[in-house]
Amino acid sequence: MTEKVLMKGNEALAEAALRAGCRHFFGYPITPQTEVAAYMAKRMPKISGTYLQAESEIAAINMVLGASAAGVRAMTSSSSPGISLKSEGLSYLAGCDLPAVVVNIQRGGPGLGGIRPSQSDYFQATRSGGHGDFHLIVLAPDTVQEMFDLTIEAFELADQYRMTAMILGDGMLGQVMEPVDISREGTVSTVAKQWALTGTKGTRKKNIINSLYLNEEELEMLNFKRFEKYAEVEKIARTEEYFIDDADVIVVAYGICARIAKNAIDEARKKGIKAGLIRPVTLWPFPKLQLKAAAAKAKAFIVVEMSMGQMIEDVELSIRCSRPVDLCNRTGGMVPTPDEVLAAIEKAARAERS
Amino acid sequence: MNYSRITIFAGHYGSGKTNIAVNYALLLRQSHKKVMIADLDIVNPYFRTKDSEQTLRKFGIKLISSDYANSNLDVPAVPGEINAIFDDLESYAVIDVGGDDRGACALGRYFEKLHTNDVAAFFVINMYRPLSREAGATIEIMREIEFAGRIKFTGIINNSNLGIDTTASDIINSLPYAEEVSQKTQLPVVMTSVKRNLAVGLETYSNNLFPIDLEEYQWQKLPN
Repeated sequence: MTEKVLMKGNEALAEAALRAGCRHFFGYPITPQTEVAAYMAKRMPKISGTYLQAESEIAAINMVLGASAAGVRAMTSSSSPGISLKSEGLSYLAGCDLPAVVVNIQRGGPGLGGIRPSQSDYFQATRSGGHGDFHLIVLAPDTVQEMFDLTIEAFELADQYRMTAMILGDGMLGQVMEPVDISREGTVSTVAKQWALTGTKGTRKKNIINSLYLNEEELEMLNFKRFEKYAEVEKIARTEEYFIDDADVIVVAYGICARIAKNAIDEARKKGIKAGLIRPVTLWPFPKLQLKAAAAKAKAFIVVEMSMGQMIEDVELSIRCSRPVDLCNRTGGMVPTPDEVLAAIEKAARAERS
Repeated sequence: MNYSRITIFAGHYGSGKTNIAVNYALLLRQSHKKVMIADLDIVNPYFRTKDSEQTLRKFGIKLISSDYANSNLDVPAVPGEINAIFDDLESYAVIDVGGDDRGACALGRYFEKLHTNDVAAFFVINMYRPLSREAGATIEIMREIEFAGRIKFTGIINNSNLGIDTTASDIINSLPYAEEVSQKTQLPVVMTSVKRNLAVGLETYSNNLFPIDLEEYQWQKLPN
């Protein structure tokens, strides 16, 4: 049975985590993601869960590390400056091969920046978000419904690959209210966490969770093995495609920008321009193969993003610069309009004809 | 309709207070010359009364809003100008309060001024919000707001909706819920607010329909 309610994106994230069996949330307030923590604070005590407002973002991510080491599903959320503070913990989680779900509802930056929506933490999220060789799985929802669905999936992927899965949203998606079907229950992972620190009870060898290696050969080997795993994870790369079969101009956009782009593409089609959209749903792994395949037919690409141009580098790499790639962007908390995107499409279509 | 000189809209976070408040101010303006609307929201940094600034200006309604609303400065500020509402006895005013008990705190400091004025205080409810789906939970939120805001509600507004997807049957299904909240609190349901295009056809189900227009945002149109 469908069960529709009206939710903010931030609330949908929180509810999805609860339905995925997450009973341990460690947070610290920051606009525009505070509703995640507020929702958890209200709900967790009623379902015998733990909501804890930590003394800082750094403390919160390390509490996630501790809880995850004990084998439970744990989550933290923040917005851009807070994620920077968490980056040390993200690296330690990766070094310990621990699953976790971390939410970044991006705001304008750099520095304290602003509280309006942004996508300028793309590099930070997709290049790892901390020191050392590692990756996060990065999921980019574009509706409140996907905030819900992808959060449940994030817990699954995190457990399956023993990685941090990040939900990369923006202030607009966090704050907007939309109807959501919340009837989907999360499947509490069947992956036995034999590595977890659950107490030996005198019946097994003790587990150790650690990211310090005194022998550099051992550490190198561990990095090799971790990257063999990442090669497997590359296979989950996924897109949503909109009118791309006959498209001459392909817009690449994620999150709220993809929705704005769809409006522009509808307008372009009315004007006889064959435009389409590829929306990466996973930002790491980036859908390189899908982009490469599209470049075989399309004549030009436009990347729409709320940054000075970050995802554009992945698009150019994926298509090996075989087609022109334009940037249509706003930043600092500004959101592109459908008209701005339409103008970029028209410009690319004109250039391609001449 | 008899209007109180000051009408307060408060309720659960995301229940639709701002939309109702703006539409109510527009309604008031049809019969009164001097109408003001004050944004007392100190909680929510996005989607503020200020989004309707153009509409309000067009109809000659004075907007009292923090200079920092919809800006990058995330400070809980209340404009001093709000005192005009209490002191200008010629005016009719709408107060849009922030969500939940935390938002209602800002109202508490006006306790004495409110008690010497002609005030209606409406509690906005939405059955489709996840934390106010049952009458019991809704009333719990209402009591928290009354305590924090130092007010007593005088009526209920049933604003049950699923945003842009709301259908007539969603409204009809919410009527027993609103009735239950009303019975348990002994407060009348003063209005059932619905998107204007749904109002026709719902008249047989409700005798207090309040058709409203919503602020449109450009990314809301979502092609499927």
